[in-house]
Amino acid sequence: MDKPPVIELREVSLTSEEKPVLSRISFRVEQGETLFLLGVTGAGKSVLLKLVLGLIKPASGQVLVEGRDLTPLSEDELDQIRRRMGIVFQEGALFDSLSVYENVAYRLREEGLRREEEIERRVREVLRFVEMEEAIDKMPSELSGGMRRRVAIARAIISQPQIMLYDSPTAGLDPVTSHTITMQIAKLRDVQHVTSLVVTHRLQDAFVLANYVYIEQRTALVPWRSLNNGSPPPVIRFLLLREGEAYFQGTAQDLAATHDDYLLKFLE
Amino acid sequence: MTLSTAKVGFVKSKVLAVQDFTLLLVVSIRRVITPPRYIIDTLLQMDVIGVGSLPIVLLTGFFTGGVLALQTYRTLSTFGEVSILGQVVALSVVRELGPVLTALMVAGRVSSGIASEIGSMLVSEQIDAMRAFGTDPIRKLVLPRLIATISTLPVLTILSDFCGILGGFFISYYTVRLTSEQYWTSVYQTLTIQDVVQGLLKPFFFAFILSLVGCYYGLNTKGGTEGVGRSTTQSMVAASVLILVLDFFITKFLIAIHFF
Repeated sequence: MDKPPVIELREVSLTSEEKPVLSRISFRVEQGETLFLLGVTGAGKSVLLKLVLGLIKPASGQVLVEGRDLTPLSEDELDQIRRRMGIVFQEGALFDSLSVYENVAYRLREEGLRREEEIERRVREVLRFVEMEEAIDKMPSELSGGMRRRVAIARAIISQPQIMLYDSPTAGLDPVTSHTITMQIAKLRDVQHVTSLVVTHRLQDAFVLANYVYIEQRTALVPWRSLNNGSPPPVIRFLLLREGEAYFQGTAQDLAATHDDYLLKFLE
Repeated sequence: MTLSTAKVGFVKSKVLAVQDFTLLLVVSIRRVITPPRYIIDTLLQMDVIGVGSLPIVLLTGFFTGGVLALQTYRTLSTFGEVSILGQVVALSVVRELGPVLTALMVAGRVSSGIASEIGSMLVSEQIDAMRAFGTDPIRKLVLPRLIATISTLPVLTILSDFCGILGGFFISYYTVRLTSEQYWTSVYQTLTIQDVVQGLLKPFFFAFILSLVGCYYGLNTKGGTEGVGRSTTQSMVAASVLILVLDFFITKFLIAIHFF
């Protein structure tokens, strides 16, 4: 029997104050895939992430995670599913009153882990993964935007989720910091094989992830074509939203080959 | 939009607000009795709300008692009844002015502070992050503040009452020239257990208003930082008005059941 897709939306619609936000959206994300959600501001991208997390419920349609429909579940049942997911919010959404250590340890404490040595070990491990161990005692207000995003990634991955959701992870960052964040996303995809849903305006990040893979031994991104080891290309697909509707779904090649005026304008 | 449509919309929004507030109250009370409980957060809030409000509450009480004594002395002296000044100050402060003014001062500080803090967390997606990581925001944010306010407001009221009576004493002693024995004897003889119970019953109900109004406005903040500012102001106004309205009905109820 085929495994169900990791994330699936079936004819999902949502309204807000009687205005349509999403209209009959359907897509699937298979194990190990990365789906990029593109669209202009207000197209409904961040709302889709919140639907997948079960933070909001659709007006109609189904939201399935690993084959389980989220829509009829209680908050306690949703918590069990959220344990398999990590999310990086747009500005990081770090808890202002907690240090970096406490922010990253937060999820472990909520899940009931009490042994402080174990908590510290795991916190340091993920902060090392995102290259932020030296900031362990700092407060979020002392961190730059890029540093906050990296700490947010550390916080999201500490429970080793198999599904990662990113809301505009490189928005507002300079090119160097954006590249660092993109590399972290590639690292999680290629080293830990997570399934990812990424909301972004920045097509260049998407094309980097489509054409490069993270090599742990080199601690760097390399073009996958240069690997010559028969490994398959990273599986990247795109979903473009326009006024709450799915305007385009396909691969990077499909997107690059398009003649649609709106898509070409978006690609400029 | 016609005027009648706008009026209907306004009424609907207010009814919805009452419904949402009532739901918040019911959900909060239900969750007090089940785990998990955030003890450390509750203790921190008791420090912020209780200890943090002490200076303003003590000052308010003291000067309220003092000005009450000043104003009452003028009236009593026309009837030659200055000796009962302690009685008047004590009854007014313990039954009414202490609980209400303490609650209003704390509302200005705490309700707005809660709305501002929770509203900021909401607009910066920290509350979504909490839910994503398996935390119930009601248990983590609302309950500690509710329990802290319920447990500290009566204590603050007692301290404010004492400072009010003390303020009245200073005026009585230094301005009116009553002896300390005259003043404190009339205070002691006048106050009954019903006065004290009434004076402590009101803070218990006011505490629900103070904390839950702040939490309600915080959790319903819309519109970014401007919305946070709006929530902060609205929570203080709403809490203050509700305290005055609730005070009226509690007093009326206690009179109706011949409590005193």
